[in-house]
Amino acid sequence: MNKELRRVSVLILAMFLALCTSTTVIQVVQQESLQADSRNVRTLYASFSVERGQILAGDTVIAQSVASSDQYKYQRVYPQGELYAPVTGYFTLNGENTGLEGALNDYLSGRANEQFLDRLNAILTGQNPRGATVQTTIDPVVQQAAWDALGDLQGAIVAIEPSTGRILAMVSKPSFDPNLLAGHVQSDVLANYDQLLTDPTEPLVNRTIAGDLNPPGSTFKLVMSSAALSSGDYTPDSQLPNPPSFVLPGTSTTITNSGGSACGGGETTSIATALRLSCNIPFANLGSQLGYDTIHDQAVAYGFEDPDIQVPMAVTPSVFPEPESEAQLMLQSFGQGNDRVTPLQVAMVSAAIANGGELMSPTLLQRVTAPDLSVLQDFAPTVYGHPISAEVAATMTQLMVANVASGVASGARIDGVDVAGKSGTAQNGKDDPYTLWYTGFAPADDPQVAVAVLLEDGAGLGQHGSGNGNAGPIAKKVIEAVLNR
Amino acid sequence: MSAPQTSAIGGPATQGSAPITTTIRIRLRTPARLRNLELLLLLVALATSAAALALVDLGAVGEIDAAMFALCGIPVVLVLVLHLVERVVAPEGDPFVVPIATVLTGLGVAMIHRLDIAEGHDGWAAYGVRQVVWAAIAIAIAIAGLLLVRNHRVLQRYRYIAMFLGVVLLLLPVIPVIGETGANADVWVRIGVFSFQPGEFAKILLAIFFAGYLVTARDSLSMVGRTFLGLRLPRARDLGPILVVWVLSMGVIVIQRDLGTALLYFGLFLVMLYVATGRASWILIGLALFAGGAWVAARLLPYVAARFENWLDAFNPEVYDRDGGSYQLVQGIFGLADGGLIGTGLGRGRPDLVPLAESDYIIASLGEELGLIGVFAILCLYLIFVARGFRIGVAGQDDFGRLLAVGLSFVVGLQVFIVIGGVTRIIPLTGLTTPFLAAGGSSLVANWLIVALLLRLSDSVRQQPHAVVDGGGA
Repeated sequence: MNKELRRVSVLILAMFLALCTSTTVIQVVQQESLQADSRNVRTLYASFSVERGQILAGDTVIAQSVASSDQYKYQRVYPQGELYAPVTGYFTLNGENTGLEGALNDYLSGRANEQFLDRLNAILTGQNPRGATVQTTIDPVVQQAAWDALGDLQGAIVAIEPSTGRILAMVSKPSFDPNLLAGHVQSDVLANYDQLLTDPTEPLVNRTIAGDLNPPGSTFKLVMSSAALSSGDYTPDSQLPNPPSFVLPGTSTTITNSGGSACGGGETTSIATALRLSCNIPFANLGSQLGYDTIHDQAVAYGFEDPDIQVPMAVTPSVFPEPESEAQLMLQSFGQGNDRVTPLQVAMVSAAIANGGELMSPTLLQRVTAPDLSVLQDFAPTVYGHPISAEVAATMTQLMVANVASGVASGARIDGVDVAGKSGTAQNGKDDPYTLWYTGFAPADDPQVAVAVLLEDGAGLGQHGSGNGNAGPIAKKVIEAVLNR
Repeated sequence: MSAPQTSAIGGPATQGSAPITTTIRIRLRTPARLRNLELLLLLVALATSAAALALVDLGAVGEIDAAMFALCGIPVVLVLVLHLVERVVAPEGDPFVVPIATVLTGLGVAMIHRLDIAEGHDGWAAYGVRQVVWAAIAIAIAIAGLLLVRNHRVLQRYRYIAMFLGVVLLLLPVIPVIGETGANADVWVRIGVFSFQPGEFAKILLAIFFAGYLVTARDSLSMVGRTFLGLRLPRARDLGPILVVWVLSMGVIVIQRDLGTALLYFGLFLVMLYVATGRASWILIGLALFAGGAWVAARLLPYVAARFENWLDAFNPEVYDRDGGSYQLVQGIFGLADGGLIGTGLGRGRPDLVPLAESDYIIASLGEELGLIGVFAILCLYLIFVARGFRIGVAGQDDFGRLLAVGLSFVVGLQVFIVIGGVTRIIPLTGLTTPFLAAGGSSLVANWLIVALLLRLSDSVRQQPHAVVDGGGA
């Protein structure tokens, strides 16, 4: 009988070892994948039950958790509402979190790897786990100024500090109140979400980095000029054909300059003049001379078509697609055709020129600090690339200053300050409203800010608005807000 | 008597009447040592349980629920009474089983109380409150059992009555008036406000029957028969008993839709049969019969087939979402995963998200809040509990007692395996309770009765001053 008992003991031992194995597999080996399963509401509830970290712009709290009396211990609150919605995004029960709430969820909820010891500590001491505080690069004064300057128009503004890539302002209108989506009553949140989602003006879209991209219009001439100057074959004085009107090869489409006449006098005109007066025909011909690859390489160097730009939200890549024909290439060469850009991309072009050809990676992140105020991560500025040389950057700066001082980008002119700028007025469909742009930086000799202003829907003026006239003054107010800090 | 004892006593005073003195001295000294060890362990068990309950309150609410603590005083006093009763009527009973049963019951109460907090139950509607009362009743019944059954051999006489009662209890839930369809399987019986799972008691009665029957029938079951491929096959007419139990188990599957109970009884019978006869062929025949029956059941009964599908394909969205699908299983696994290595801490997880978290899924709840470390500790406690029972099986003198001890402890171990194995997807999930931990009066009473029987059996083993025992130890 004892021999049998020994064997049965081995069986019992085997059964318990099997249980140890299965629990180990679930609780340790597969833990992460099980927690990541979308059906695992625990992860969601857990993130609602921790005191999520604050999001700050300067000293201004733009998102915080306050104690709540319902089943989720904390309520997420956005004291600044619509103003910072593109930055904060929202933290919601019913779906994916957006903005910084989504991109930095690990830090904010206290689940990042750096916070492991804090979590352990919280367990041992019985405290509630707390998330880390995220300090953004947004300057609340600039943000407010940009918000006010945009008024009721539909569009977006991005302001970047050229030397660091720090985003000082990120405004998108129409905006939404994230508080509407952070509630704990599921039905209310869903109703609010549906309403925002079906709103034709797309308030949920962060137009600075995503959404339906717009054609860059004449702001693309900055990329064209950069490509030409960088090639070594052109100087600002290089001459380009200058007819008053031009039929695109292989088509019956006639293009004109914005004034409807030739660009200054003469058979030919210089790159400098063409840029200053923002003439389309010379740039169409320049595009044809440079060829798609040269322009495309320059655009990519500025950040076009890079799917990995994150601020830390992913930025929709801007595109300069391969044209089907010579005519298409010529159209794309002055920012029409299939060119599509984000305001952030346009601001990056200005910022690279402003920073002597060195493009800093744009970011919203300054610092992440633990609840005990120790710094978990300090985000040092990083170099994205060198799309143009310092010499080309200096030349481009001169050209852009001239645009403002004596060209058609005068809308952002500020007394006593050299502003470098470029306007853009892009056509959409035949009868559709224009897309209005303005980008630039100031002061030209020591740039503090590079800005891009986008006005969609023709700034409400249909085909009567202009980048310089409508977007220029808005850019000016943003620049002034930075310079007056 | 052997040399060690003589030397242990030693001295000239024992000359002449040494054997008698030896026996007396051992009887006087060892029991006190065993009971003192038990008392020490019992205090540790009670302290652990109290700490768990306090942590639950502090973790989930932030303040201690004094009323709950006061209520828990009743079973605590009773378990101390049990200890005192042991000193008188079972002084040489095993010192480990009561502390282990106590700490498991205590952990169970703490976790059930924790789930009550999460689900907002209080007063008599709280499972935790009822569990404490049931624990008190269970311990009281264990005391009564220990006092009434002074000689376990008496049980052997009632083996056929035990069988009859066991089968009746098993069939009770399918009787229309009192049977109650639970969430998973028809294992509940309701009489008035009283509902209980008769299967829990049936396992004790059947263990008594199997032990009694096998002791008398073992010779014919083990000695006779032809040898085939190194295995001694039983005669056809000796196949009767195993077929009867098999039919009974299959009946439980078909009528009661309860795979777990069937597996529990059949496994219990097989192991006791094997231990009694020492013939591996019984195991093979039994496993083949059960596997075959389960396979046919899986093919013919949609309920069993669905169980298998839930088990094998639990994470498939279709299986997960359907009625009676793997939702509960997967949620339990999520809970365990959320606990990880060290757990969320008592009162700080979300075990209430799993349906039936306080009964079938109590181990997932504990795993979530105590982590893998806690699960391992609980598994170790069960393993020690089973090992103590097996010890009686090894050291006992009478085969009925040995078989009964093995059967009772094995059935606890097997039940733990079936439940936790089901929750962690080793085997298809079935609706059994985790011994001592899970909410439910019948389960607590039955398992505390097993404690009483193991105490009685272990006491008898040590009480008999047999040369076999002493010599075996030397």
